[in-house]
Amino acid sequence: MGGAYRAFGETLRGLRTTMGRLFDKPVTIQYPEEKTPVYPRFRGRHKLHKFEDTGLEKCVGCSLCAAACPAECIRVVAAENDPENRVSAGERFAAVYEINLSRCIFCGYCELACPFDAITMGHDYEMADYNRSDLIFTKEMLLAEPIARTPLRGEGE
Amino acid sequence: MPPFPLADAGFVDATWIMLVKSLVIFLVILQIVPIVLLVERKLLGRFQQRYGPNRVGPYGILQPLADVGKLLSKQAFRPKGAVPILYEIAPALTIISAVITLAILPFGDVKDGVGFYGIDVPIGILYFFAFGSIAFYGLLLGGWASGSKYSFLGAMRSAAQLISYEIAMGLSLLGVVLMAGSLSLVDIVRAQGDVWFIVPQVVGFLIFLVAGFAETNRPPFDLPEADAELVAGYGTEYGGMRFGSFMFAEYMEILIVSGIASTMFLGGWMGPGPGWLDPIWMLAKMLTLTAFFIWIRATLPRFRYDQLMSFGWKILLPLATLNVLVTAVLVVVT
Repeated sequence: MGGAYRAFGETLRGLRTTMGRLFDKPVTIQYPEEKTPVYPRFRGRHKLHKFEDTGLEKCVGCSLCAAACPAECIRVVAAENDPENRVSAGERFAAVYEINLSRCIFCGYCELACPFDAITMGHDYEMADYNRSDLIFTKEMLLAEPIARTPLRGEGE
Repeated sequence: MPPFPLADAGFVDATWIMLVKSLVIFLVILQIVPIVLLVERKLLGRFQQRYGPNRVGPYGILQPLADVGKLLSKQAFRPKGAVPILYEIAPALTIISAVITLAILPFGDVKDGVGFYGIDVPIGILYFFAFGSIAFYGLLLGGWASGSKYSFLGAMRSAAQLISYEIAMGLSLLGVVLMAGSLSLVDIVRAQGDVWFIVPQVVGFLIFLVAGFAETNRPPFDLPEADAELVAGYGTEYGGMRFGSFMFAEYMEILIVSGIASTMFLGGWMGPGPGWLDPIWMLAKMLTLTAFFIWIRATLPRFRYDQLMSFGWKILLPLATLNVLVTAVLVVVT
């Protein structure tokens, strides 16, 4: 039973530790006012790209990304390019390009598989929605500029 | 000529004065309990290097309102295996005995024939023990009348814990009573005019605090209501405002134990300043001890049940008895 008396001193030590913690700044990040900055290679919402100079889409509808996807969430239907009204720079373009974001595991294999750098992973992760059909992102939605709402972690942070 | 001398029982005030006093004391403590709830959550957060609730109002001050609103809006149900009337009486019993104990806390001295307290019975501190035991009876009823294994186990453990630590509590207060020479709380506070009883009775104060933690089922002695082990102990089968009553009664008991400790050991209403400041001093001492309760909660892990019981019987009880012995000898000799 002597241990109980020794525990008294240990209790006081513990009390001093907690009192010290009282005067430290809280480490909470107040979401949504503050957000944890993401790294530059963070795999967020996908983005389809266009050539800056000509405005043509980079995606030619080869569906290598759909083949690489482990969750099989990309749907690509290719169509022949009309030479007068070109959509993409090659012979074909992606007429239908849909990613089902409720199935996507954000692994980044589509970005690695694409030979034309047409699809990359951006930084957006706030994509909650109210029904599943709204989570199937079409080509237009993926082409659009993502809303920049996640802070980026700078060099050396 | 009344059949028995009312002045002896402390009934010196007129009825309307007693009514006003009891209303004021009850309402003030009633408002303080939700504040203590919020302060506990925020203080616990700060001890753990995080913010407490801060979304509901500025700095979270409307959180108790939201809590009470949530509890009030829930259905008052009764499980099929529960004993009908006892199930409903148990929370009422607990909270009634907690509120009744408020009557003896002295918030100030007698001025113009009116004392700043509900009642000053000659048996003083025994009143607190009497109603503390009735509160434990409410706990026991709640656990048994719920008709569920978890509640029953929790209530049994709680009951054993409470009766074990009540003895140590009583003995630690006996030292103070010996030094003051009277059981009445007002006399005890008056006897601390020169030096507060915490100075000669340090051991008694510590024993009383530890036993107080055990009496109110507070960490580190909160195994009967440990969330991870027994869901909510005796309160498992209660919903809505019935559970709210148990919680309310627990926080009121914390305030009461702090109040008794500050009365017996910390000089009650004594403090520098004019007379009308006395209740403020008493409240300040009560709230400081309550903050100490919260500090201990943030720091210590939970006692295992057998450790708890052996601590109460094998360590606190001999210590308290020794304390009383030494005090008695010193009081007689000096």
